[in-house]
Amino acid sequence: MQLQLKINGERKQWTIAPGDLLLDVLRREGYFGVKRGCETGECGACTVLVNGKPINSCLMFAAQTEGCDVLTIEGVEQDGKLDPLQEAFLEHGAVQCGYCTPGMILSAKALLAEYPDPTEAQVREALAGNFCRCTGYLKPVEAVLAAARVYRENGRKTKNENRKSQNNHRFSIFQFRSRH
Amino acid sequence: MSTKHSIVGKNLQKVDGFKLVTGRPAFTEDIHIPGLLYGKILPSPHAHARIKRIDTRKAKALPGVHAVLTYKDVPRVPHTTAGQSWPEPSPYDTYLLDSKLRFVGDRVAAVAAESRAIAEEALRLIEVDYEVLPAILEIEQALVEGAPVIHDEPDSKGIHDAQHNLAGYILKEIGDVEEGFRESDLAIEREFRTQRQQHCPLEPHITISWLDSDDRLVIRTSTQVPYHTRRQVAMILQIPVQRVHVVKPRIGGGFGGKQEMLLEDICGALALASRRPVKIEYTREEEFYMARSRHPQILNIKIGVKRDGTLMANKMTVLATTGAYGSHANTVQGNTGSKVLPIYRTANMRFECHVVYTNTPVAGAFRGYGCPQGYFAQESVMDEIAYTLGMDPVELRKKNMIRLGDIDELSAQLGEGRKGLPRHIRSCGLPECLERGAAAIDWVNKRQEYSVASISDRRSGGQRPPLQAPNSHLRRGVGVACSMQGSGIAGVDWAAALLKLNEDGSFNLQVGAADLGTGADTVLAQIAAETLGVTLDKMIVCSGDTDFTPFDVGAYASSTTIISGGAVKKAAEKVRDHLLRLASKMLDVPVDNLVCRDNQVVTKCECEKSVSMEDLAHYAMYKEKVQVMENASHWNTDSPPPFCAQFAEVEVDTETGHIRVIHLVTAVDLGVAINPMQAEGQSEGASAQGLGYELTEELVLDGSGRAINASFLDYKMLGAKDMPKLTTILVETDEPLGPYGAKSISEIPINAPAPAVANAVFQAIGVRFRKLPIRPEDVLRALREKELSSPQRR
Repeated sequence: MQLQLKINGERKQWTIAPGDLLLDVLRREGYFGVKRGCETGECGACTVLVNGKPINSCLMFAAQTEGCDVLTIEGVEQDGKLDPLQEAFLEHGAVQCGYCTPGMILSAKALLAEYPDPTEAQVREALAGNFCRCTGYLKPVEAVLAAARVYRENGRKTKNENRKSQNNHRFSIFQFRSRH
Repeated sequence: MSTKHSIVGKNLQKVDGFKLVTGRPAFTEDIHIPGLLYGKILPSPHAHARIKRIDTRKAKALPGVHAVLTYKDVPRVPHTTAGQSWPEPSPYDTYLLDSKLRFVGDRVAAVAAESRAIAEEALRLIEVDYEVLPAILEIEQALVEGAPVIHDEPDSKGIHDAQHNLAGYILKEIGDVEEGFRESDLAIEREFRTQRQQHCPLEPHITISWLDSDDRLVIRTSTQVPYHTRRQVAMILQIPVQRVHVVKPRIGGGFGGKQEMLLEDICGALALASRRPVKIEYTREEEFYMARSRHPQILNIKIGVKRDGTLMANKMTVLATTGAYGSHANTVQGNTGSKVLPIYRTANMRFECHVVYTNTPVAGAFRGYGCPQGYFAQESVMDEIAYTLGMDPVELRKKNMIRLGDIDELSAQLGEGRKGLPRHIRSCGLPECLERGAAAIDWVNKRQEYSVASISDRRSGGQRPPLQAPNSHLRRGVGVACSMQGSGIAGVDWAAALLKLNEDGSFNLQVGAADLGTGADTVLAQIAAETLGVTLDKMIVCSGDTDFTPFDVGAYASSTTIISGGAVKKAAEKVRDHLLRLASKMLDVPVDNLVCRDNQVVTKCECEKSVSMEDLAHYAMYKEKVQVMENASHWNTDSPPPFCAQFAEVEVDTETGHIRVIHLVTAVDLGVAINPMQAEGQSEGASAQGLGYELTEELVLDGSGRAINASFLDYKMLGAKDMPKLTTILVETDEPLGPYGAKSISEIPINAPAPAVANAVFQAIGVRFRKLPIRPEDVLRALREKELSSPQRR
């Protein structure tokens, strides 16, 4: 069957089988940031946002996303610029093995869209569906709280920034991001 | 420490962090390979059985099936799956496929097919007649006379006493413990039980294998031990080492579970049989019972002390099970003695351990490596002694702890499966760990505040009135526990590193070390950059590839920073010397007047001559026509222990039995922190696993040996909402044997959350728990028993 949806802002049309799981289809199409951790909806490593809501893509049929807007970790980075959440995860040492990181960042992104100024308890609640075996959760929680502050500051100055950044894109295909 | 260095001691971001936060393809499974087959293992449904008849004809006839393997199709080579240095100290008692099955989940057969669904269907079509044998599921049953013999095959090697199911046996004594007990004023002897904990890496074990265009077997795998895996796979599949190429991409967590050659052999066999690329990955359920776990132990410990708290004798007797195969059997259990008892000084120590086979999932290496079991027992009894003597538990520990300049002879007796080397304490921050940890949890005040009246029968009884509301169902307490670990295996672990200069002044750092999420690539790059006087972004790290990186034993035994880091530092020093010689020629300045700094070579004197690394690289490559490239190898004759003091504050709900950990303080002496932020992350993660070990985690088997909670829903790991407040204090010391003074940190903080919490629970409700995990039902049961035995209260 044919599936039409939007992934990371791009329209896609894919041929799928009715029983295909969203997780499998996304990975098959090269969205490798969607991780396979349990396939039973318990670990959160396969989290993606469907119409802004975090879901376990291992529990959803791909066919259910017909006409939906799906965001994977690959779409979080904008124009070669990391999202404040991604920056904060790096800055705060919230990434160890990195396997749960995409799911955590997406759960946090959904939280911050709804609650720009979350409490620590709200952050922990939002990450409760994302198991991490490496960090003990302290640094990811700190990273989300830090990113929330950046989001709020950015919100205030978005308008003029947008105008400025458009001029910098002429040679963007040749630009590499410095890692440090 | 951090002030004199520009890269070491800095909280720099992970060198591999960018690709991880953006979800770039970095892990084993993140690759599309044309023609990839799906491999699947048929697990044994019985804990102990023999295959009487196996018929694979229907499975082979199924369209889309490319290979079906049973024991009849593969070479029979006894081996161990433990990823250890050759010759491995674990028994060679395992076979690629065997006609005998020794636990529920043991390999019956394996298939490779064009899809997962076809592979699963093929497994269903394999007809097997089993002769079901009596099974041993409980540790104590293994040594009973007349018990079934699990390893009755004649060709296994290195089993201590196969006829009695004894995989290993250890007995070491220093001094005379019985004499020590006679001289003691108080001796406490207790029995403890620890459970089967699973590693639960978020990425289950996965391997992809194929034949490259030179017909070499490529194994892309989630492993902590690429080089050991290459050697073992070559031996098991009976092909030369030269025909095997092991590639370790990013690893989604290991914690010791991937210090194991686990899927690589069968995946390689399927690739050879089908001449197609094959992927095998464990499902989460399979990961629980077909991978590895922590060795369950029954520990008996007796400690004798003088009235003033001086330790006179320490005797630990352990009965452990390694499950169906002896992976890490001797060495994990050896550590239960060698890394636990010597933390307290006494002339008389005795450690005895029987490691038995049972028909249960296989145990193996797991962060802490035998120490969490031993420290749970020892630190609980130390606490009991302190309460009985009326001493502050911190003071009792300070009085007896190992000190700078001490030589620990027990570790010499208990080497890695052979005689080891004595451990010299060249750096020790344990006193500072205790002091700063106690301050962080407000030990003195809280201990007084939470002091329970119910323990009035102890010698110091009734020294303070209870400040805790006597009728509240919420009771609070604080507890402490100490531990030490090692940094690499003395005289065994070694590593090599290769550094190559590129013409833009960047460097390829090639190491066999296996970053499994620990940040090893970053720490090693920091050591290289510091030594070469360049910024971290000049380092291009390639790690864990047997074709492109030099040897390293792999990521285990807390060895990478100290051993691999030692190799990196040596190689970088050689490269630096070469660079200075070239710059001396180029600038016409004596070598001893030059120094590498800020991505250039500069003069020390006022003449202020300098050359950038980039210009120097061009000079070397196009003028001198020389590749600046050096390698170095490194090993240590000692394993400098990191030290740790952990303090827990808990609240026990006496109506529900729930133990809520409020605060866990971990003060850890790790030598010099190469990257403090990452070191803290190691400590926090280890603490979380240690708390899970204490409170919730246990893989439970039913009466037939089948795991009944093989899912994240039923096997409870701690989530973001379950974690207490964590405080991590890095206590820096300068270790002479470590690169830039570093020791290790990745394992040690897993050791003592369990006893620290158990000791805090004792202060809260006056009950000692000696079996892990401590579940609410255990708390309620204990409280009821306590109430029944003392009806005058409440």
